[in-house]
Amino acid sequence: MIIEYSGLKEINGSLVVLDNIKDAAYDEMVEIRLDNGSSRTGRVVQIDGERVVVQVFEGTKGISLVNTQSRFTGHPIELSLAPEILGRVFDGLGRPADGLGEVYPKEKRDVNSSPINPVSRVYPKNYINTGISAIDALTTLIRGQKLPIFSGSGMKHNELAVQIVKQASVADGEDFAIVFAAMGVKNDVADYFKRSFEKANVMDKVVMFLNHSNDPIVERIMTPRCALTAAEYLAFELNMNILVILTDMTSYAEALREFSSSKGEIPARKGFPGYLYSDFASIYERAGIIKGKKGSVTQIPILTMPNDDINHPIPDLTGYITEGQIVLDRGLDAKGIYPPVGILSSLSRLMKDGVGAGYTREDHSKLSDQLFSCYAKVQDAKSLASVIGEDELSPADKRILEFGKRFEKEFISQTQSENRTIIQTLDLGWELLRMLPREDLDRLDDKTVEKYYYQK
Amino acid sequence: MQENKIFGINGPVVTVLGRTDLSMSEMVYVGKKGLIGEVIRLDKDKAVIQVYEETSGLKPGEPVKSTGQPMSVTLGPGILDNIFDGIENPLEAIADCAGAFIPKGVRPAPLDENKLWDVTVTAKAGDVLSGGDIYATCPETQVITHKIMVPPDVSGKVIEAKPDGKYKVNDTVVVIETDRGEKKNLTLCHKWPIRTPRPIAERKLPTKPLITGQRSIDTLFPIAKGGAAAVPGGFGAGKTVVQHQLAKWCDADIIIYIGCGERGNEMTQVLNEFKEIIDPQTGKPLTNRTTLIANTSNMPVAAREASIYTGVTIAEYYRDMGYHTAMMADSTSRWAEALREISGRLEEMPADEGFPAYLPSRLSEFYERAGYSQNLNGTEGSVSIVGAVSPQGADFSEPVTQNTKRFIRCFWALDKSLAYARHYPAINWNDSYSEYISDLSPWYTENVGEDFVACRNEVCTILAEEKNLMEIVKLIGSDVLPDDQKLIIETARVIRVGFLQQNALIDIDTYVTLSKQLKMMQTILLLHHLAKELVTKQIPLSKITATGIFDKLIQIKNNIPNDRLEMFDEYNQQIRAALATVEA
Repeated sequence: MIIEYSGLKEINGSLVVLDNIKDAAYDEMVEIRLDNGSSRTGRVVQIDGERVVVQVFEGTKGISLVNTQSRFTGHPIELSLAPEILGRVFDGLGRPADGLGEVYPKEKRDVNSSPINPVSRVYPKNYINTGISAIDALTTLIRGQKLPIFSGSGMKHNELAVQIVKQASVADGEDFAIVFAAMGVKNDVADYFKRSFEKANVMDKVVMFLNHSNDPIVERIMTPRCALTAAEYLAFELNMNILVILTDMTSYAEALREFSSSKGEIPARKGFPGYLYSDFASIYERAGIIKGKKGSVTQIPILTMPNDDINHPIPDLTGYITEGQIVLDRGLDAKGIYPPVGILSSLSRLMKDGVGAGYTREDHSKLSDQLFSCYAKVQDAKSLASVIGEDELSPADKRILEFGKRFEKEFISQTQSENRTIIQTLDLGWELLRMLPREDLDRLDDKTVEKYYYQK
Repeated sequence: MQENKIFGINGPVVTVLGRTDLSMSEMVYVGKKGLIGEVIRLDKDKAVIQVYEETSGLKPGEPVKSTGQPMSVTLGPGILDNIFDGIENPLEAIADCAGAFIPKGVRPAPLDENKLWDVTVTAKAGDVLSGGDIYATCPETQVITHKIMVPPDVSGKVIEAKPDGKYKVNDTVVVIETDRGEKKNLTLCHKWPIRTPRPIAERKLPTKPLITGQRSIDTLFPIAKGGAAAVPGGFGAGKTVVQHQLAKWCDADIIIYIGCGERGNEMTQVLNEFKEIIDPQTGKPLTNRTTLIANTSNMPVAAREASIYTGVTIAEYYRDMGYHTAMMADSTSRWAEALREISGRLEEMPADEGFPAYLPSRLSEFYERAGYSQNLNGTEGSVSIVGAVSPQGADFSEPVTQNTKRFIRCFWALDKSLAYARHYPAINWNDSYSEYISDLSPWYTENVGEDFVACRNEVCTILAEEKNLMEIVKLIGSDVLPDDQKLIIETARVIRVGFLQQNALIDIDTYVTLSKQLKMMQTILLLHHLAKELVTKQIPLSKITATGIFDKLIQIKNNIPNDRLEMFDEYNQQIRAALATVEA
């Protein structure tokens, strides 16, 4: 028997309090009907006996203490899933937003999912060729990985994400799909992604969940969870390789902060709730590959670092969970270099097992080590030059500075439609290393040098 | 007995109203699904319970069942070569019965109850046994013999001992009668509360190093068996790689690896690698002497808080058998954050950065469980703890790093700028320290070589001098330095690149014996001393570096295997030959 409760006891921000409730379950979904016929969705976030606190996703504007009928549905927030979700556009709560009607569900799933048993995971090893040298050679993306892009406002992270999607998808063929979740992004940005997907002819392989910046913030908290539930369904039921793009995690975290403070929780760093790490983990950890299933979920979350500060809690906690990061660099961006990947602070943790003989080429990890090491020296030379002037540098320092310039201009930089093969990328790396004498290359053994450095 | 019912639910925190019969730290089953919880606060009108599983779907009015026992783990054969979550749920058994995702309320017994163990019963009727005494043994894995001990709080006279044979973990093998005349059945396992340290007879001074095969650690900043160390580092600095290397190569008998709030894929990697690695000590896969505790970041936060205690209790249990155990916890910051998260839900008054005021006392309780000890049964064993710390924003002044520093004696500071230059392990030689070096010096002198400590100190001095010189170089360039100072910089470069840098992916370099470490130092210092003589004779350093001998020494690590130490003689000859040409 389903009971409807009329009226509310209290309204506070996006939270409403109901009293004298029997049999409410923690985390269950609540439907709130208003007298004017509209309805809203909520979720139980706290129970104290018969007093229940409900978070309303669409916000509480227009709700009064007397004009509502609330119904407890007895199940958590669920998403309707079917193969037909491909090509569809949903709002931040997983309801159709393209005017094409409801999805006829094959299956309904709790959007919170359950943690993947570490025993059942497959360690990701299969590399994805993105055609972008800075990523392929130095921060290789692996299928099943979560590799975020740390950006700042005004930099070209959206273009980079689109390029990765386009070039990675071409290589992958049939069983490939994209799940795109926008959290608090501007309408223009969401449109840019949509147009780019259409241009690349992949729109029928894309599922979009859009929560624009003018949509309710509480809904934003559910958006990545809906997207990942769809991704898990496509990957582990329909055996597809899914690339999930989550943008922008900063808006998501800010929504979480707003919600937390309205609940009166004790804040930790910069006002963010103490459970921000666990909350992020419940999103990022949903990437991976499972034993016995053909599909995979790869995540590329995008976040804008407030004030370009990588130590801000959002990038900081993200970096502790994700398997590396691609950091965009303001300095390179200002020089007009695209993609402006700051390679020294970028890292792919899964790279070491997914490159080399059998995956890319045997010299890959040694080459990338050496490039990193040389480029680190470029920074030292630069800072020395800024003190004593470039003219006063020793010949060795001048040489390394010249290397740095060419490396940025020829290796990191490429156009938005340029799709380099891994062999092209690696050969380009060797060509640049040949600018330096053998004794500057301290990470290479004689055999590798013989084969790749001397041979032209 | 009064029935307790759920009143309030807020995340992992559940309250029960009224004066209850629950006791502090008691383990309880919450709700119809029987989720595991622990009582963490009792007021006159309510009890607060921390639940170790996801609470969604829980309703007020559902029962809370008491167990009368504190939060405990089951200790017995079957722990090794296994993987558990933070409260000792066996993950493989869960995967077998529930699939790839972990549901709530599914709880197979921690140890396989149907497996038959080959037990040798060593106690005889009439023996008087006290806590910690061994009454039976069985081979647990191919390399480890499990010694089954009387629980530390039990003693009595054996009135019945079963013959040797095959038994399950819950079968009684010995019956004893206590002083009070009670009969007690001793099986192959017993329970022990995770927050209570297992008692020992006597603490001993740690005088033996935990040998890890990692040059930065063994030579510069060694840790003792029974010691406690911390590895702090921002993300990407290589904490996990250091932890993995230690787990793979350190010479402890038993390794407990705790993935506390870390990445799922990383745990899978550990799991796969440990299966593949052939242990140099035994010739069998490493899993024969390891246990993994995996509470990944998306698993329930309260179980993450418990995982550290579960791990250290298991470590102490094997110590009591007379084994040297080493426990790696990756990472203690996630554990501290779990404390903070639960403390926030309890609306406690926060101290530094929102962490609860009891953070330092919890940290000290944990690290104090490391030690080298004489056990109740007369054997000697040790628990060494290596805790990773993930400071927010790589800032070592944050509360977890600062408080950890007070309770450990070995600090391996990982440096982001070294990691950016791909210098691994990125242990910063200026910020790290080990207080064990004076305790361990006699051991090194006796077992490795008389000049080991002297060489180590000279290497440290050169690195420290280099640091000072580099400050000058940064301002005015290296050209203006006199040759003897340039030599320091050149030797320090060889030490940094050729000695401290160690590649975990290259077979020859991933583990290095102490004698090779000594030889490497001796060779580098030989060059340094000879070159210094030449420099004092006014021969320019540039002539010496032109021979390429410095760069040659850097390659030693890639060219000389652990078992071909005679090859160092060639290098010594080359050094002398190269310098002779310069002098001529």
